[in-house]
Amino acid sequence: MTTHAAASTPLGFGSMRRKEDARFLRGAGRYLDDIVLPGMLHAAILRSPYAHARIVSVDTSAAEAHPKVEAVITGETLAGLGLAWMPTLSHDVQAVLATDKVRFQGQEVAFVVAEDRYAARDALGLIEVEYEPLPAVVDATHALDPDAPVIRDDLHRTDNHIFDWEAGDAAATDEVFSRADVVAECDLLYPRSHPAPMETCGSIASMDPVSGKLTVHTTTQAPHAHRTVYALVAGIPEHKIQVIAPDIGGGFGNKVGIYPGYVCAVVGSIVTGRPVKWVEDRSENLMSTSFARDYHMHGEIAATKDGTLLGVRVKVLADHGAFNGTAQPSKLPAGLFHVFSGSYDLRAAHCSVTGVYTNKCPGGVAYACSFRITEAVYLIERLVDVLARDQGWDPAELRMKNLIRPEQFPYRTALGWEYDSGNYPKTLRTALDLAGYAELRREQAEKRARGELMGIGVSFFTEAVGAGPRKHMDILGLGMADGAELRVHPTGKAVLRLSCMTQGQGHQTTFAQIVAEELGISPDDVEVVQGDTDQTPFGLGTYGSRSTPVSGAATALVARKVRERARIVASAMLEVAPSDLEFVKGRFEVRGDPAASASMAEIAMAAHSALELPEGVEGHLDATCVYNPPNLTYPCGAYVCVVDVDPGTGQVTVRRFVAVDDCGVRINPMVVEGQIHGGLADGIGMALMEALAFDPDGNHLGASFMDYLLPTALECPSWELGETVTPSPHHPIGAKGVGESATVGSPPAVVNAVLDAIGVRHADMPLTPAQVWRAMQGRPLRTDLSVT
Amino acid sequence: MQVPAQFEYERATSVAHAVALLQRYGPESRLLAGGHSLIPMMKLRLANPETLIDINGLDELRTISLEGGELRLGALVRHAELMASAVAGEHFPMFRDAERVIADPVVRNRGTVGGSLCQADPNEDLSAVFTALRAVAVIEGVDGRRTVPVREFHVGPYQTVVGDTEILVEIRVSVRPGGGSAYTKVERRAGDWAVAAAGAALWLEGERVADVGLGLTAVGADHFGAPQAEEFLRGAPATEENFAEAGRIAAEHCRPVADQRGPEDYKRHLAGELTARSLRRAAARARGREA
Ligand SMILES: Cc1cc2nc3c(=O)[nH]c(=O)nc-3n(C[C@H](O)[C@H](O)[C@H](O)COP(=O)(O)OP(=O)(O)OC[C@H]3O[C@@H](n4cnc5c(N)ncnc54)[C@H](O)[C@@H]3O)c2cc1C
Repeated sequence: MTTHAAASTPLGFGSMRRKEDARFLRGAGRYLDDIVLPGMLHAAILRSPYAHARIVSVDTSAAEAHPKVEAVITGETLAGLGLAWMPTLSHDVQAVLATDKVRFQGQEVAFVVAEDRYAARDALGLIEVEYEPLPAVVDATHALDPDAPVIRDDLHRTDNHIFDWEAGDAAATDEVFSRADVVAECDLLYPRSHPAPMETCGSIASMDPVSGKLTVHTTTQAPHAHRTVYALVAGIPEHKIQVIAPDIGGGFGNKVGIYPGYVCAVVGSIVTGRPVKWVEDRSENLMSTSFARDYHMHGEIAATKDGTLLGVRVKVLADHGAFNGTAQPSKLPAGLFHVFSGSYDLRAAHCSVTGVYTNKCPGGVAYACSFRITEAVYLIERLVDVLARDQGWDPAELRMKNLIRPEQFPYRTALGWEYDSGNYPKTLRTALDLAGYAELRREQAEKRARGELMGIGVSFFTEAVGAGPRKHMDILGLGMADGAELRVHPTGKAVLRLSCMTQGQGHQTTFAQIVAEELGISPDDVEVVQGDTDQTPFGLGTYGSRSTPVSGAATALVARKVRERARIVASAMLEVAPSDLEFVKGRFEVRGDPAASASMAEIAMAAHSALELPEGVEGHLDATCVYNPPNLTYPCGAYVCVVDVDPGTGQVTVRRFVAVDDCGVRINPMVVEGQIHGGLADGIGMALMEALAFDPDGNHLGASFMDYLLPTALECPSWELGETVTPSPHHPIGAKGVGESATVGSPPAVVNAVLDAIGVRHADMPLTPAQVWRAMQGRPLRTDLSVT
Repeated sequence: MQVPAQFEYERATSVAHAVALLQRYGPESRLLAGGHSLIPMMKLRLANPETLIDINGLDELRTISLEGGELRLGALVRHAELMASAVAGEHFPMFRDAERVIADPVVRNRGTVGGSLCQADPNEDLSAVFTALRAVAVIEGVDGRRTVPVREFHVGPYQTVVGDTEILVEIRVSVRPGGGSAYTKVERRAGDWAVAAAGAALWLEGERVADVGLGLTAVGADHFGAPQAEEFLRGAPATEENFAEAGRIAAEHCRPVADQRGPEDYKRHLAGELTARSLRRAAARARGREA
């Protein structure tokens, strides 16, 4: 494991300890559930036990009679206020509390507000709901069957079809396939998974009856978007809404959207005139909040007989659950899935995606996925391995031969993306060397001869992060651009206000380091403010690895604006023309007379002092900026995974994992490595144990951490990290974002390794011992359904 | 956060006091040992006892001792204490094998041997271990103490012979020379419950199996046992082929049920594979070839 000495505080980029950690490690973080407001009430949600049922009646009288219950809210109550349904992030509507039918197990049916959490929970047991159960649509591959029950009769639908969408050139792709020497095809399921952040979701709504101001403390990765949505949904004027995200205990996309509980808390506070706290429990989080993936993919890859890749063709059946609540740029119903041509120089590619409703929880995309790039990378990296296996080619060599070459950048893909920069062969070579690839293959051959199963898996990924630009990417009509405000106080200490929101990524440190790099002051002298919409500029928040690419760029640019203002102030102080000044870390010096200089702190004081400033120059030292990214940034990486498989039990041990990431310039290498470590662990979880399956009645089979397994340190090897650095040419500091790289890149490496070990062409994740054993028998399991 | 329903709480000061409290509060009361099965069930409201009788203060139930040729484990011995016990590990290495893969350190620091047996979860590891060892449970009630062989202790999933006003106080295992034991478990992830697991205790006379005890968990084995496989092995040569055959017999007689941990055929396969592996290791230990 690479470690960085992180003791000193650099005046800019470099490894330094995270400023937030002293607080977190001492247990002094302040999460939503730590917040207690005067007079606060507590809420609990009654959820549907059925995946699909008509609601015949809801009787709340016994619950209302409970001495500690203040209010019981039902779908009917909300319908009276016009709030029974709310818009989703994908042009659909979702029931806040069910009125007509319940459409997934765990759906919200009633909301109880009581004096304490225990009473609220007790009162749920006093509500009588009569259901008329209906057959459920569980298997997405049968959602469009003519006799499938119709889930969205509220929309007057006659089937469960949501959308058809395609990308790429179908004719050109068919042409390439018709002339290819070899074609490999494969059916792959990227099963439904869950972000499962350690902190579940919750909200405290407080409507001040005197000022008419609504304050919402909530677990959100996108506080400004939440504020706008509350204004649009509830009709409360936006200037009377303040959203505050306290410390967030992990998000992974789970905390982008607005959940019914949040809306109910607002209604609860309006009804009772007191603050209302609602915090979901673990099962509620796993059953009713944004899932990820659930893509059934049929992929084909075409090549020449000498191993030149030509094209890829994909058909996807996308399971969106009961309401289409996918969080992604609104013009792109399959997110950025169409980067599936991956890191290879292909002539043509095409995909068609069909979205369907099923009786499962809505949401989607969440979980460190870069808007479906996880699925895309898995698809292409599995297809390349399947092709290599069919043809007897070495999978690493096949990749090396077909990678986009450095001189081809900026590279326009067959699907229309413009990759900004990279040196893919160098990145892959670095990983293979670190792993000792040739030696591993020799060891594998020896072991095989003894009947031992060892596997080597390679993956190469290209990420696309940092959404917008705004003209291509918006969420609910809000363009994906982000603001920054920087204010330097008279004594030279600075406050940076950002629209993005940390969930553990180390923003307090990284963004302070960007200011430090630009102004030459210590990162310890920069306070980073996030999460409070009354204190921070507008922007769309943190997900899709967009903080450094977007808010990081905004930070660098706003700091440069401040630096130029400092130059003018310094010119007045030193009585020279601004152009005669040279910026040397932390101070302006008069060219040719370095003794005549002013430090940033001196300049800051002067900017607030009685000093006469040049005509037209305002005092003080601050600036604002909005950054609208010209393009996405494209991090890449090459991963090598080595596994051992027990032939008698199917158990997999990940022995080694080599990860070489290129995320452009690294602001804080230690933080970058932390992000990669987490993502790699996530990848092992996805590949080997995580999946949300449903039984034929639509019962959720992963509603606790006993059923939905997350990886632990014991399943993770000591990560072996390497790096190449290809700066992004269009980002002010050349940084690319790294938050999701490892989650995107690692699952195919692990799966490729396991399948390489057992000599099986394909089996779906998660490769549990049972799945590995069944795959060895040639009878792999359907991992989205209950095991029979 | 999941919250339990309201309950009364009493702290027992002696075994007799615990029995008296059970009598006083009736069938809606429950003993609280480590709480690692009971409290999660209460939070999920799968269990709603009216009274909890906390027995954690009963130090007399926390000892591990060797007396009269028997290893005696108090019902309140924690998983972590059993794992660390030199005397238990010396005579029955399968305790260590099993404890290392039961839950995680946090659960092992609180969960108890007695609680594990009384919970009677069909996937419990120690139930299989004690079955293999033919342990005897000591139960105390109003009328004094009685002993029940562990192989008769469980009467169904989550059901034992311990009555409403009784408490399990001790588990006894007789110590015999010439033995070796081992426990093997397949789990999907560290800390997970078993997909399947098998324990074997083996006593050798020369190269013959003098006696053998087998225990299986999570595969629907009657009373966690594999008597047909034991019968096959008793008196037979301690060979690799016979261990494999014993595994095959054990697999044939269990009744696994498919769940997300695995399909029925896989669990049945594991019952055989793990029985053979445990026997192999137990034999190596009996021969002094492995610690
Ligand atoms: C995350 C997690 C993972 C786990 N993994 C495993 C695993 O892999 N393998 C495994 O075997 N177990 C596992 N367990 C269960 C663990 O071993 C528990 O500790 C054990 O099942 C119960 O012991 P306890 O002392 O906590 O009992 P409690 O929860 O206190 O009690 C359980 C039941 O037994 C009764 N009881 C307790 N003591 C007595 C007594 N002396 N006399 C009569 N009745 C009594 C109680 O009234 C209650 O009904 C796991 C538990 C958790 C929480």
